[in-house]
Amino acid sequence: MKKIAVIDYGMSNLHSVIKSFQKASDKRYKLCVVTSEKNLKDASMIILPGQGAAKSCMQKLSENFPNLSEFILNKPFFGICLGFQILFEKSFEDDGVNCLSIIEGSVNDFRKQVSKDLKVPHMGWNNVEQKNDHAIWNNIPRKSFFYFVHSYYALAKSEENISSITKYDINFTSSVIKDNLFACQFHPEKSSRYGLQLISNFINWSESLQ
Amino acid sequence: MSVAKRIIPCLDVDKGRVVKGINFVDIVDAGDPVEIAKKYDQEGADEITFLDITASHEGRDNILSVVEQVANEVFIPLTVGGGVKSFSDVRDLLSVGADKVTINTAAVSNPDLINEVTNRIGRQCIVVAVDIKKSKDQYHVFTHGGRHKTELDAVNWCMECQDRGAGEILLTSMDKDGTKEGFDNEILNEISNKLNIPVIASGGAGNLKHLYEAIVLGKADAVLAASIFHFGEYSISQAKDFLRDKGVFVR
Repeated sequence: MKKIAVIDYGMSNLHSVIKSFQKASDKRYKLCVVTSEKNLKDASMIILPGQGAAKSCMQKLSENFPNLSEFILNKPFFGICLGFQILFEKSFEDDGVNCLSIIEGSVNDFRKQVSKDLKVPHMGWNNVEQKNDHAIWNNIPRKSFFYFVHSYYALAKSEENISSITKYDINFTSSVIKDNLFACQFHPEKSSRYGLQLISNFINWSESLQ
Repeated sequence: MSVAKRIIPCLDVDKGRVVKGINFVDIVDAGDPVEIAKKYDQEGADEITFLDITASHEGRDNILSVVEQVANEVFIPLTVGGGVKSFSDVRDLLSVGADKVTINTAAVSNPDLINEVTNRIGRQCIVVAVDIKKSKDQYHVFTHGGRHKTELDAVNWCMECQDRGAGEILLTSMDKDGTKEGFDNEILNEISNKLNIPVIASGGAGNLKHLYEAIVLGKADAVLAASIFHFGEYSISQAKDFLRDKGVFVR
């Protein structure tokens, strides 16, 4: 059975990610939790979920997945939340953390931007406004709600990488797409039917790339 | 534009079955957790809260199995509370698929638990449940399912929880709980205005107007309700339609 690798760097709750991919793929794939780079080689797709802080995430990844960028550039890749943020050049969390620089742009602190009456973290359901007609959005209405939990927001520099935007006082990049990579700030594994649809679309798109 | 106001059905779970306590005393069986959670997800619930009210120690493992079964099939945020005492209780619930864990009595008796969870896992996964009751002009915090009165002042305690790293406050008015007379919007408003973390209103929902009032008058970020949804008086989608018609931003 073909494999989907779910990267575990010790910070995330992987239960829902695994179950949602199993459900969306109709159990066609084996979901494997991987803790070191050698187990990425035979995977058909790579998922990087994430919670926690950018600095410790980058540290753990550089210890156990030193060549992660190469894998991300060469296999279908799905990043979620922190797994989306670390694709950018730099995060301003923890006094600044250098990230993977796969997507041009930075990750910034909501507390420094939004008006005082808006609560941080940005937690809950918000509109995701699609910026392209990519297959990743098949059967998902243009401004559907997805579930977010985050205190830092990303801004991608290049329009062509921006797959969706979301407004929380300011407009931020809520998902990016590039070659064989899709990543989102929101949690598709917690976003009910459209979340599952997005995961299913990703799997279909990945298969079309191979 | 802000984030959508959340509607959260709350399921009281005893030995793996969903029940609803009226004023924390009478209990009526209302069904199977997985089926109910699926139904609420289809209707548009933004999140589901499970409150484990199992009294016996032996029965406590049931909640882990309930959460795991629900998390395998329902893909919206799941919050679980009831009898959570330690960091390992929190971790066990998260590992079977809970997204957030509610602590109540343990937060009062050991406030450092809030800091510990926040520092080790992150503030998004810790909800402090605060049960309050008014006497004269002051609101006091109660613990042990409302049986023990503490000297803690409601507003001060909520502020302390926030400072210690709580991600959200679930505020239950014991005076209103089970009455179906509406939420206590006055204290809700005061606490929500003082905090910069979300406040979930609980206790007193009897109709859809009450949900609206908790959001508009009480400034609640989310409303939690049980009986008005469980017994089919209103569906979640009716509640959403009602709020949307009145201009509230909902999913």
